Order: sequence, then C-alpha cells, then structure tokens
Amino acid sequence: MLLQVEVMAVCEGKKQDTRIQRIASSIRVVPDFPKKGIMFQDITTLLLDPKAFKDTVDLFVEQYTGRGISVVAGVEARGFIFGPPIALAIGAKFVPLRKPRKLPGEVISENYILEYGSDCLEMHVGAVQPGERALVVDDLIATGGTLCAAISLLERAGAEVLECACVIELPELKGRGRLNGKPLYVLVESH
Amino acid sequence: MACGKDGEQDPRIGGIAASIRVVPDFPKKGIMFQDITTLLLDPKAFKNTVDLFVERYIGKDVSVVAGIEARGFIFGPPIALAIGAKFVPLRKPRKLPGEVISEKYVLEYGTDCLEMHVGAVQSGDRALVVDDLIATGGTLCAAMNLLERAGAEVIECACVIELPELKGREKLNGKPLYVLVESR
Repeated sequence: MLLQVEVMAVCEGKKQDTRIQRIASSIRVVPDFPKKGIMFQDITTLLLDPKAFKDTVDLFVEQYTGRGISVVAGVEARGFIFGPPIALAIGAKFVPLRKPRKLPGEVISENYILEYGSDCLEMHVGAVQPGERALVVDDLIATGGTLCAAISLLERAGAEVLECACVIELPELKGRGRLNGKPLYVLVESH
Repeated sequence: MACGKDGEQDPRIGGIAASIRVVPDFPKKGIMFQDITTLLLDPKAFKNTVDLFVERYIGKDVSVVAGIEARGFIFGPPIALAIGAKFVPLRKPRKLPGEVISEKYVLEYGTDCLEMHVGAVQSGDRALVVDDLIATGGTLCAAMNLLERAGAEVIECACVIELPELKGREKLNGKPLYVLVESR
C-alpha cells in the first residue's frame, strides 16, 4: 500500500514554483523501513517520472550555475544519482564519497556517529585541490551526520564547501544546524 | 567499440580511455582495477562519455534506463535524463524499500543478489542496462533477468569499459553490448 505524506515546498519563491509540487508528490513514503517506526522517503518513484527528475536537476542547476563551483561531491549511493547530472550541467568535476574499501588507491577517511555505532566515509586523495569550490549532494538530510562527514573530507583536502544540496529535508531532526555553518538548500521538507 | 563512419574510432574515445586509471592489486592481488573516478574528474571526458551513449539511444524509444549499483548510478541517470526515460536503480539486497524482486547470480567465490522494485517497469517498456564495466557478465545477466521477469524488453547493455578476455559479451542471453573502451 502506498502512503503519500504531504510534503511542503520550502524556501521563498519555491512555493510558487509548480515544479516543486510535482517533485514532492512523486516521492513515496514507505512505513517501517529499514525498521519499525521509520517513515522512509523513497526517491525511486521520483526517478520513474522523467519530468519530475528533470525538474529536480534543473532546480539545482539554476541554483548553482555561474557560481564558480568546480566540484560536486555526491554521497554514496543516492547522491550518485543526483550529483552527476548537476556536475555535468555546470561543468564541474564529480567526486564520489564512498563507504569504506570501495574506492581503489589512496583515500582519506572520516568517521561519523550513527544512532547506534559509527560509520565512515572516504574520498580519493587528489580528487580535490586546495581552493576548489565544492557542493555536497545527497538525496536527503536527516540528522546531518553524513553530510557533516562529507564537508569535513572536502575541507581536509583544502576545498571550500559552498553549500549542501538535498532533495528532501527532515527538519525535525535538525540536520541543518549541524553543517559547520554551511548553508543548506533543499527542494522539499517532510514532516 | 564506439565507431564513427567507416569504422573509425570516434575522436572522443581517446580522451575517455586516457582518463581511466588502472589501480593494481585492487580489491585483491592480481586484479588490475579499472578506476573510472578519474574520468569523472575530467568534465569534458565525462560529458563525452554521456554524449556517446545518448547519441546512440536517442530516438530509439527507450523508456527505461536501469543502472547497477553503485557506479551504474553515475552513468545511467544522465543518459535517462537526456533521452526522456525513467531511471531504475538495481540494488544490492535490502537497500530498496518496499516490495522487490530478486535475482541471484554466481561470483568467483559464492553468490550475490540484485533487486528491483516491483512496479518499476511494465510489459511494453524498452530497457537499457548501464554499468561502468563488464567483466564476466554475471551482474549484467542478473540485471537483464530482473527486467525481463517484469515484462520489459531489454534492448541493449551499455558499459564504459569491457574486459574482452573475460568473455562477458557472450553471457548476455544474446542481447547486444555497446562499450566505449576495451581493456586488455
């Protein structure tokens, strides 16, 4: 059974943007995944709607074109779906940030805290250079732990992180405040 | 291999091939790993890669691009967006929420499993399968099976790199394979 929880358009100007409504309603909520009590925001149904997917990418590209961004970093695995089309459109490099032991060759690692235990994100040594201007992309921000680790990796390599960009925010989890002061741009909020 | 008129190699291929880094002994000794992350660091090479695939598939009525986790998620979506197709992620077990179908496949040691959402594709859908590389063809074969079980017609498999000595091309149930670069 499909559940469609109402998602609200966010940001001034976005409420008027008719593309947002279609994007929001294309996202499917799956209850009790990966465990009981969690209402999982499933973007795969957005990807099944070519117009909604194109509009999603276009909204990000409009936000970031012409701002001197040389790097789009995407968080494995759903950040790999949204990040590359943005990178291609704005002429930036795409840098995958991956779970441990997936990237071949020399990497730097950043640990981060989960609800139970910890996890780790890796980036290739040499992927970014000091002075590069970077965007971090993922499908969703919850507590902000993963995005925070992503920002740390880029900054440790000397890049400047301009902004984090996600399709969905879960504002009640307050991830926005955990991004080392970096701004966050999202298309839809889910309460 | 991507060819222009008269079987000549498309001039963009050289730059794409040169941007791929080979990492020895990864993930284990003796394997020369074809690393496409360096291709992704070269915006022109990455754009040319996507363009070559898009030029081949535009106007061929492809309604689904299925990408294999995780590197198929990098190349599949830009192709899907450019040709107006749905993008369907094919994932390792327990990553997709909701109802899925699963297909097991054989590895060198042991087995693995690929999943697709129920309802992602329908009978009548014409599908492309995308991954960064084809080695033995086991994963691509599992991907095609998932799509066909759901009633879609698989038109072709598309990869950036082929390792021809592993003969994966022959294991695709007779489906054609299109690649940009061969690595021996």
